[in-house]
Amino acid sequence: MLRTRVIPCLLVRDGSLVKTRQFGRFEYVGDPANTCRIFNECEVDELAIVDILASVEGRGPDYRMLEEVAEECFMPVAYGGGIATVDQAEKVLRLGMEKIIVGTAAHRQPGLLGGIAGAFGSQCVVAALDVRRVGHERYACFARSGSDNTGVDPVSWARKVEELGAGEILLTSIDREGTWSGFDIELVRSVSEAVTIPVIAHGGAGTLSDLSEAAKTGGASAVALGNMVVFQKKDMGVLVNFPEHPLLEAALGH
Amino acid sequence: MTENKPIIGIVDYGVGNLGSVRNMYRRIGIHAEIVDTPAAMRGCAKLILPGVGSFDRAMERLETSGLREPLDEMALHRKAPVLGICLGMQMLTRGSEEGERPGLGYIAAEARRFPRNLGLKVPHMGWNLVRASTPSPLTAGFEDETRFYFVHSYFVTVDRPEVSMIKCTYGIEFDAGIASGNVYGAQFHPEKSHRFGREFFAAFGAL
Repeated sequence: MLRTRVIPCLLVRDGSLVKTRQFGRFEYVGDPANTCRIFNECEVDELAIVDILASVEGRGPDYRMLEEVAEECFMPVAYGGGIATVDQAEKVLRLGMEKIIVGTAAHRQPGLLGGIAGAFGSQCVVAALDVRRVGHERYACFARSGSDNTGVDPVSWARKVEELGAGEILLTSIDREGTWSGFDIELVRSVSEAVTIPVIAHGGAGTLSDLSEAAKTGGASAVALGNMVVFQKKDMGVLVNFPEHPLLEAALGH
Repeated sequence: MTENKPIIGIVDYGVGNLGSVRNMYRRIGIHAEIVDTPAAMRGCAKLILPGVGSFDRAMERLETSGLREPLDEMALHRKAPVLGICLGMQMLTRGSEEGERPGLGYIAAEARRFPRNLGLKVPHMGWNLVRASTPSPLTAGFEDETRFYFVHSYFVTVDRPEVSMIKCTYGIEFDAGIASGNVYGAQFHPEKSHRFGREFFAAFGAL
C-alpha cells in the first residue's frame, strides 16, 4: 500500500520563499533553489511551489527560477502561479516539473484544466481550491491568492474540476494556513468524499498527529506542509527540515 | 570533450519529461543527450524511451516522428541497451488495454487497467516499495526498503516470469520492471526517485 504523501508547499514572492499566515503577513524563508536543494537532501516525497503574486499581478511563471529549482529536485515537483494557457503549462513541464497547479485561471476559463489534461494527461493537472469560511458552516473558493471571492462552494467546485480533467486537488484552508492549529478536517472530509481523485490537504499542519488525522479521518491522499517544514517550532526561527521517514511511517503507515 | 564518446540518448518524440531525465544523468556525471533525429539516435550507445499520457497517442507520435525505425534497429539488430520509462515501458510490450495500437513488441508482456473493484485510487500515484524478481545488473543495488515514485493507471503483466525484473504491489502484484536481453523497462520514474533512481540510472549507464 502507498503511504500518504507528505509534500512541502513553498510560497514564492518576488523571487524569494516566504511563509504566510492566512495568506498574509509574509515572513522571509530563503532562496528557492537553495531551499529545494535541502528538501532534495531530505528525500521529501514531492514538492509544491506556488508563486503567490503571479496571478495577482496578472503575469506568467518565472521560468528562470523554475529551471534552477528543477536542477535541484529529484522528486516530483508541482508548480502553480500564473498558469493561464496550455503553452505556459508545457513550458513548465519541459523544464522538468511533473505537475501544474491551476487555481485562479480555472475559475475564469474552466476549459484550461481539460486543455492541459488532454495534452499531457490528467495526472499532471492539480486544481487548487483556496477555501475560506464565509458564514456558519459555509465555505467559498477564492481566487487571486485569496483576494476574490468566487462565491463557489468547494464541494461542488471539487466535483466540477474532476469532471473538467483535474487529476488531483490541492485543498487549502485559508483560515488555517500558517496557524499550526491543525487541518480543517470537516472541509477535507467533505471534499475527499465528493471526488474520486486524490485530495492534498493543506493549511494548518502543526504536528504529525495532524497529518494522521487528515489522512485517516479526513480521507486525504496527501498532506502539504508549510510552517512545519520551514520553522524550527511555533514562534521560532527559520529551519528547513522534514520529519524522518520512520516517524512518518509510524504516523501514516497502514 | 572526447569525440565519439558513447552516450545515452533520451528519445524526444514529443512525449515525456525529458529535462528531468537529463538532469539526473548530469548529476550522476554520465553524458546523456536529448535526441530527436534517426542519425542522432544511431550515434548513441544506449537509448532511453520516456513517455507520459495515453498509449495510442504516444505510439502514434513515435511512428510519425520517424524515430520508430531507428529504435527498432538499435533494440533488435544492434542490441543496444534500451530503457523504457513509465508509459515508455508499456510501449515495449505488445500492447495495452488503454489503446488500439500495437506496442513495440520487444518484451512478451502487456498492459492492463487496474481493476476498479479493489477500492483503490487510480492512478497509482506515490512512493511504493519494490523487490527484484529476477537478478539483473539494474537491481543489484536494491535494498530492503528500495522505493520509487509511480504514476500510472495501467500496469504491466509479463507472459513468462523470466522477463519480470521488479515486482510491486498496489492492490495486486504487478511487474514494475521488465527485461528481455538488452531491453529494459521501468514503470516508475527513476528521474524523480532520489538516490534510488540515481542508482538505477547509474546501473543502466554502467551496462
